[in-house]
Amino acid sequence: MKKVIIHIMPKQGVLDPQGKAIQTSLSALGFSEVEDIQTGKLVELFVEDAENIDERVGEMCDKLLANPVMEDYHFAVEEVAYT
Amino acid sequence: MKFAVIVFPGSNCDRDMYYALHDVLGMEADLVWYEHSNLENYDAILLPGGFSYGDYLRSGAIASASGVMQQIKAHAEAGKPVLGVCNGFQILLEAGLLPGAMLPNKTLSFMCHYEALAVANHETSFTTGFDKGEIIHLPIAHGDGNYFVDDATLSELKKSNRIVFTYTNNPNGSAADIAGIINSQGNVLGMMPHPERAVEKLLGSDDGIRLFQSMIENWRVAYAANL
Repeated sequence: MKKVIIHIMPKQGVLDPQGKAIQTSLSALGFSEVEDIQTGKLVELFVEDAENIDERVGEMCDKLLANPVMEDYHFAVEEVAYT
Repeated sequence: MKFAVIVFPGSNCDRDMYYALHDVLGMEADLVWYEHSNLENYDAILLPGGFSYGDYLRSGAIASASGVMQQIKAHAEAGKPVLGVCNGFQILLEAGLLPGAMLPNKTLSFMCHYEALAVANHETSFTTGFDKGEIIHLPIAHGDGNYFVDDATLSELKKSNRIVFTYTNNPNGSAADIAGIINSQGNVLGMMPHPERAVEKLLGSDDGIRLFQSMIENWRVAYAANL
């Protein structure tokens, strides 16, 4: 079993109104040093071990998890620690 | 002419769409549940507004991966008309039947009010009932209606006259004021405003009815030509 952690973020230059709203709120709370915010999604998958895991996860991202028109993604594959 | 209104879990404008076609225009129409559906015998497919699958992941993303999309793609490839309104437009974008994607409205708020639209292309099979550049009034009701597309695709859309409706007072931040676009074949239209909610004066506007009348008229002309 592997754990796949996928970060999905708006492409550079794509308006992120949620990020803008959070930045305004942080600024109102006195955190004016924040110059920009990007919000995105984090998806965790627990996947059967396989050799082509990177390829398969890439396909999942391209077909469904991310929208390549407006989002970029990257992911990391980790061992699942058994206890 | 026989219409299929596809119903996904979370569709909520399906009955308005059915009412416009069946009750107002007297057409044959069915509400078709997305699972185990057979769309072979329908002349046109209508994807209604709503919040399919609760907008999980991205608006329209989960519906675009459902099995019925293969049939809708085949229907579109055969040159038959497909209309997606609001969430239906978002589904067409997610399915790749139309280019671009929807971002949240620039104001971050859900919007529900009438907008003035310009008919940017009155020569599609959906818009021949409108005059060139005519200003019409249709309601919008969306949170993710901020149309986004890369510059190359946008200039291609402009060059090939595929922008069909534009907002005169852009409410959501859409690129090039885009409210509706059509595919290169000219048979798949996606739009955020709701023509099916503007089919009787009592509702505030009946401008939407001419879109459906255009579809019917052009289908009849094509049908007669193929007899």
